[in-house]
Amino acid sequence: MTHARRLALAHFWIGFIAFAIALVLGVWQMWVRSPLPAPFLTASTYFSSVTAHGTAMAYVLTTFTVMGFGYYVAETALARALPAPRWAWTGFWLALAGTLMAVVTIFSGRAAVLFTFYPPLIASVFYYIGLVLVVAGSWIWCVLMIVAMGQWKGANPGRPVPLAMFATVANAVMWLWTTVGVTLELLFQVIPAALGLKAQIDVGLSRTLFSWTLHAVVYFWLIPSYIAFYTMVPQAAGGRLYSDTMGRLTFVLFLIYSLPVGLHHLLMDPHQSNAFKFLQVALTALVSVPTLLTVFTIGASLEIAGRLRGGRGLFGWIGALPWERPLVLATGLAFLMLAFGGFGGLVNMSYGMNAMVHNTSWVTAHFHLIFGGTVVIMYFAIAYTLWPSLTGRAAPSLAAQRLQLWLWFIGMLVMTLPWHYLGLLGQWRRVATFNYADPIIAAWGPWVIVSLVGGLILLVSGLLFVRNLLQFAIGRASHVPAEVYATAVHPPLRVPAALNGFRLWNVLVLVLMLLAYGYPLAQFFIIDPPGALVHRVDQRR
Amino acid sequence: MAIGEEAIVRSELRWAAVSIGVVSLIMLALIYAGIVHHINPPSNIEPIDPKTLHLSGEFTEANLGTRVSAEGQVTSRIVATQFTFQPRCIVLPANQRVTLRFATPDVIHGILVTGTNVNTMIVPGYVSQVHTVFTRTGELLMPCHEYCGLGHSEMFATLRVVPASEFKPDAQGRVSCDAR
Repeated sequence: MTHARRLALAHFWIGFIAFAIALVLGVWQMWVRSPLPAPFLTASTYFSSVTAHGTAMAYVLTTFTVMGFGYYVAETALARALPAPRWAWTGFWLALAGTLMAVVTIFSGRAAVLFTFYPPLIASVFYYIGLVLVVAGSWIWCVLMIVAMGQWKGANPGRPVPLAMFATVANAVMWLWTTVGVTLELLFQVIPAALGLKAQIDVGLSRTLFSWTLHAVVYFWLIPSYIAFYTMVPQAAGGRLYSDTMGRLTFVLFLIYSLPVGLHHLLMDPHQSNAFKFLQVALTALVSVPTLLTVFTIGASLEIAGRLRGGRGLFGWIGALPWERPLVLATGLAFLMLAFGGFGGLVNMSYGMNAMVHNTSWVTAHFHLIFGGTVVIMYFAIAYTLWPSLTGRAAPSLAAQRLQLWLWFIGMLVMTLPWHYLGLLGQWRRVATFNYADPIIAAWGPWVIVSLVGGLILLVSGLLFVRNLLQFAIGRASHVPAEVYATAVHPPLRVPAALNGFRLWNVLVLVLMLLAYGYPLAQFFIIDPPGALVHRVDQRR
Repeated sequence: MAIGEEAIVRSELRWAAVSIGVVSLIMLALIYAGIVHHINPPSNIEPIDPKTLHLSGEFTEANLGTRVSAEGQVTSRIVATQFTFQPRCIVLPANQRVTLRFATPDVIHGILVTGTNVNTMIVPGYVSQVHTVFTRTGELLMPCHEYCGLGHSEMFATLRVVPASEFKPDAQGRVSCDAR
């Protein structure tokens, strides 16, 4: 097995183990919030659990999956050995050490600040240092991806970088930009406070810095799914990619528009003006464009596949698609969840309308549908697609994979549709318990129980996913992995330099970030607002 | 493949135009709602020192709760603090423009009022302000909706919206839940 494949397996497994643990915690949290009596409940266990769930799902599952997938793509799409595998392992061990440090700190009850931190609440410094190590590990990955693409271009002058690698590097470049915000917040505000070097924190500044990271981080999680849509799904469906150029453009648009939009997470905050909020809402609206382009291009690619397989008529090609293949099935289910989740997201970003849903279960429902739904179901499908070539064995049962994907889809809808409704009724976020004796809240009870049933279905699906991967051990040996990458209808012979690298786009990101975040950050140094006293949560009495 | 490269590009461009058209319509709707219906986020860059707000000025204990000014403006001042609101019960008149002003001496909080579009973050260092008109009478829940520490789940207040006929300020213009 090559280095890249061993790296991919190691990364995927760490991510999936964290995912399985976080899944159990998530179901317990929903149980606690329901009218049913739940065990182990104290405020400390609940909020430590929420912190662990968010940290594991948002930072560990995602970062490790993105890195593992990137190493696989760099080796297979470029068809050359990974540069500096020793550095890749260094990044792996760094991120793993950071993960363990953060997890131990959370479970010792010294980091109940949730994964979005909320200073001036301050946890044990080991929680933050753990996360910094995870990010540091991912930075090594970013550099390796950029170097791998550079070396390939050097060896293949003038030729277009394969789309899967172009998109992977787009994500690496975006991630470097994305992590600047949270890194500044941690290094200059939170960690000095956690070390006792600072007694006060400028909370407006810390919230604005975190918002810089908070939206683009979601696209970092999302891009592997889009890479699968463009470069693997048309192949799995038996067709061609409709347009390679559109794929490149989509990933470039993600790089540009996922960053200068974070203020839409602060629409209800007092300390940013409506002018900058509106500007970033307008940019947020534009970030829906690459997703709309993707739906069209992938839809057209699937139509080609359906017609090649004999599908006729306006919709006949849909039925003709090979839905028995897990990657095709996952794509269909992912698009359905993307439609629901995308609609919810349009409401969230709608400026003043955000007041209707901010910090209600509507928002929780939105990001569980988009991330837990669309993104994670594609992580499953990516794992199912790569596992034969990573393990050298064929899947013993595709039916078990399809069942797992269906259960995930059904569970996600059963969980999040009631959440949307409860959010509109005003059910608020981040509480351990509700007073069901209150008549307003009592009416929510049945819907909370329905969503808990959805959570249980998700738990069954998640455990089945881990079982399905372990089952490969008993699969028959398969030494010739099928080709996973799709060919375009018209494979590009040459592409403009702008769509074969990121120099131009980095300049554009810089300009947009200065425009969108320059004054919103500078204002704190101009008005110099009074600081808030640090509130430690890690001192046990 | 029968489909030519030019046809593909044309179809993609047509779809891109449709996408940008849809996005533009959404933005026009937001601009319309903001300018004509005044549906805007509650921005209010008004610094206040969280360490001293209880000692002097607007958010001292005696000045909290609902107050009607000489000009008839109804304003309620509320402190959000780990893990309660001061006061915990607020009286407001129905069908009349009211202003809610919030500040915190400690950490980040936030509020919504169930069944309404009243929603704001409360960030240490700033006064948060929301203008609204309550159209239905009765008791509404006003929970803290942002994680503020281990007691967060128990942090909520009650808004009592009364008909204008029952909204009776005292000599200083104050109205409180206790007085009824």
